Amino acid sequence: MTAARPVFRTIGVTKVYGEGSAAVHALRGVDLDLNEGEMVVLLGASGSGKSTLLNILGALDTPTAGSVFFRDRELTRASDRELTAFRRDHVGFVFQFYNLVPSLTARENVALVTEIARAPMSPAEALERVGLGHRMDHFPAEMSGGEQQRVAIARAIAKRPDVLLCDEPTGALDSKTGVTVLEALEAVNRELGTATAIITHNAGIRRIAHRVIVIADGRIAHIDENAERIAPAEVQW
Amino acid sequence: MRALDLKLVRDLRRIWAQGLAIALVLACGVGILVVSTGAQLTLTESRDAYYERQRFADVFATATRVPRTLVPEIERIDGVAQVETRIASYVVLDMPGMLEPAMGRLISLPEAGPPLINMPILRSGRLPDPLRADEIAVTEPFAEAHSLLPGDGFTAILDGQLRRLTVTGLMLSPEFIYTMGPGTLIPDDRRFGILWMGQDGAAAAFDMDGAFNEVVLRLTPGASEDAVIAALDILLEPYGGTGAYGRDGQISHAFLQSELDQLAAIAVVMPPVFLLVAAFLVNMVLGRLIALERQQIGLLKAVGYTTNAVAIHYLKLSAGIGVGGVLIGWAIGAWGAAGMAGLYQDFFRFPYLVYVPSPAAFAASGALGIAAVVIGALRAVRSSVRLSPAVAMSPPAPPKYGRGIVDRLAGPLRLRQTTMMILRSIVRWPGRSVVTLFGVTASVAVLVGSLFTFDAMDEMVDDFFYNANRAQMTVMLSDPRSRGIIEDARALPGVLEVEGHASVPVRLSHGSREQTLRLEGQSGDARLIRVLDPDGRAIHVPPEGIALPATLAREFGLGLGDLVSVELLTPPRETHLLPVTALTRQSMGQDAHMDEAALFRLMRQVPQVNRLNLMVDEAELPALYAQLKQTPAVSGVMLWDETRAQFQEEIQRNLATSVTIFAILGILITFGVVYNAARIQLAERAHELASLRVLGFGKGEVAYVLVGELMLLALAAVPLGWLAGYGFAALIATGLSTEFVSIPLVVSRGTFALATMIVLSAALVSALIVKRRLDRIEIVTALKQKE
Repeated sequence: MTAARPVFRTIGVTKVYGEGSAAVHALRGVDLDLNEGEMVVLLGASGSGKSTLLNILGALDTPTAGSVFFRDRELTRASDRELTAFRRDHVGFVFQFYNLVPSLTARENVALVTEIARAPMSPAEALERVGLGHRMDHFPAEMSGGEQQRVAIARAIAKRPDVLLCDEPTGALDSKTGVTVLEALEAVNRELGTATAIITHNAGIRRIAHRVIVIADGRIAHIDENAERIAPAEVQW
Repeated sequence: MRALDLKLVRDLRRIWAQGLAIALVLACGVGILVVSTGAQLTLTESRDAYYERQRFADVFATATRVPRTLVPEIERIDGVAQVETRIASYVVLDMPGMLEPAMGRLISLPEAGPPLINMPILRSGRLPDPLRADEIAVTEPFAEAHSLLPGDGFTAILDGQLRRLTVTGLMLSPEFIYTMGPGTLIPDDRRFGILWMGQDGAAAAFDMDGAFNEVVLRLTPGASEDAVIAALDILLEPYGGTGAYGRDGQISHAFLQSELDQLAAIAVVMPPVFLLVAAFLVNMVLGRLIALERQQIGLLKAVGYTTNAVAIHYLKLSAGIGVGGVLIGWAIGAWGAAGMAGLYQDFFRFPYLVYVPSPAAFAASGALGIAAVVIGALRAVRSSVRLSPAVAMSPPAPPKYGRGIVDRLAGPLRLRQTTMMILRSIVRWPGRSVVTLFGVTASVAVLVGSLFTFDAMDEMVDDFFYNANRAQMTVMLSDPRSRGIIEDARALPGVLEVEGHASVPVRLSHGSREQTLRLEGQSGDARLIRVLDPDGRAIHVPPEGIALPATLAREFGLGLGDLVSVELLTPPRETHLLPVTALTRQSMGQDAHMDEAALFRLMRQVPQVNRLNLMVDEAELPALYAQLKQTPAVSGVMLWDETRAQFQEEIQRNLATSVTIFAILGILITFGVVYNAARIQLAERAHELASLRVLGFGKGEVAYVLVGELMLLALAAVPLGWLAGYGFAALIATGLSTEFVSIPLVVSRGTFALATMIVLSAALVSALIVKRRLDRIEIVTALKQKE
């Protein structure tokens, strides 16, 4: 399934860290569309620039040159305050290291977001969706890595974001727990139609996506469309 | 330099801001110690040298008129080394350019040469000619206040006669380091001065040929002062002796001593607070640093550094902060002590007052300062360096949070999750929260305990000038007069109301305690001079028995109904056992009170007066002053409005300085505590706080988690600080109260409010400084750091 309307569009996005001879070109002119309801996987070696791209899409970082559009809005022209609002209203993030608040329980970690979102689902519903309805009152330290990551996903989707950005969501997990996390992501994408971008360097995961974007050396090397998607349980780890 | 020491230097440079915040708190403690002990030493040494060189007397006595033939008998008293007699009297002065009369204490010089005891120092000019009754020397401060130089003159009433006096010299005396006129509270060099006149002149003026009314003694080393005083009292009794006293009862000495006692009290009470806070801070900061460097510690031990070497490394780090604090404290201390010495020169007139740096104070404060931080560090160091290298090198277990009181609060209160983060963090790190709580409590307490002195002063002024003494003017009479003089006084220009008062010197004794004081008679219809009960209400003393100041009664262990022995020190010099029938409140001075009729029945005399209290029409003051300056019966005039104005002006003058100094102290503690707590929070929770930003929380909302926690703790500390401050104030009130002044324990709401405002503002600013760092944190960078 490939929708026509892009959620994100980047034009010539470039990111340079440092200056002069110490300058590092993380991105060298990336043009990319990410469409409504689409699930893409970003593949690439470590240092290829995929995390930088994801951070720029999620307004955690700004490009050195080029433009980023979210629907019709140009993010590259937005103020810090507007970017904060953009993250709050439209984007869900999932990271390799969960980034849960250790002093809050699973339910409270999700509530952290639902309290400031415009039309959120209840924390309980979000946790049910990722299969953690029975673990809602546990603190992060009392949960396994997979469970913590699913809390992070619940937290990310509870606000009903337009787009879900996942940076190595299974990077710290073993295959069995990794599958449960991918299943949660796939279900969200399917049931809520949330455009989802997943960074990974596990090539096995590529086949669960609609499209696979391969990044190398700060550029898009090529984009593959999967004619046939597989279920997360079938992923070869 | 060894690698480990290089690390030390770089670590210190890295945490300079936090280190400085601690060092400043430590510096306060060290500085206060150096200032108070330095000033003590300076005053003590200057005083002792001055006393020794100018042969300050050991025993003083006053009588009505004693024949000089008694001198050999006094000399024969066991323990007396040297005797000097003199004629002394209060006199009214008409100073050029001064409408109101001034007062002087005239003291005679020996027949030839300067006195052998209480030798004055001649600052300029010469001693008066012993044979001339119109030549005097005056105290230098009095001369300065009136721009008098040798050769200048003014008019005085000497025993009822107007006399033109010429100043021959300016002097300073060990007897009058602190010169205070009767009935006043602080030196007023314009309205009161000391005058020295030759023996013959004084004898002629006061009709004292072949007689004296004051005697001063120097004792042999090891002599018993009490025994000498007892023997002297017996000798002087027939001549109207009013009770001899030692240096303790000499006003100038007693005030100097009370200043020294205050300094000693400050040196004991204040520095420990600062040292303790500094120790806690080091513990907190170092604990955090060590937690961060856990893996490095593991590595160091893995490559062969001993546990001790690693421990010493971190102790050195804390010592580095300590050395910084001590050096700053020493600088503040040396500067402050020199400043104090300058300040004292205004109050205490020494011929020389040189600041003596006390090596012992520097050494002790330095050692205490370093010890405080090292002890603070010990606990933090000990737990971490003991870990085996393998354990140390693996990351610490993530903090465990649990359910508890916070959850019971959360449900009903519907708290936001960010608020939950604040509450859980406080509960999760109780030690750290307690340090913040304790530090802020300490700063509020220091402020309340220091600022309360102004409340106490206010109350004393209220008591003394408004409640107890409502007269505008008091006229002292040179001799007791019959009550007829009250009618005479009513005829003076501008006098609206007159009350006559009488008092006699008495010696109270109970058990082993003994004290000389004035017994005041209170007439039933007295309105101008009132007696206050311990709650500050005006009372009439009961028709029988004696009323004592509550503070004195407590010291003597006397309660209502107990009998106290009262020895009248004027004729008929009898001793009576009187019941204590009332307790009174007196902030300044300690007087006993009795019904006037009862007093004179006891003395078997017709009522007399030795003081007139007046209400006057201000428009006629010039005429009244002119008249008083020429009235023979008058030995002195006290103008209460002026005295009060001067006293309040003096307080106001010191208020701004004191509030500034104490505010700085309070702010430094608060800053040290809150800034460090905030930096630690920021370092530990950067990741967590950055996640909040990712989730779409604004900078302000994220800062709420950090600033909110600290402000919540600061707010919680405020009432504790009030309590501790009140206790602090109680300690200080007791410490500062003397025989002359009893400091009331009153803390106004304004003081609590000011202390709270200063501390909370300081806390907020400290937290906001750290918030700026928080705002600058790059989300992406913060997230990349591993949990």
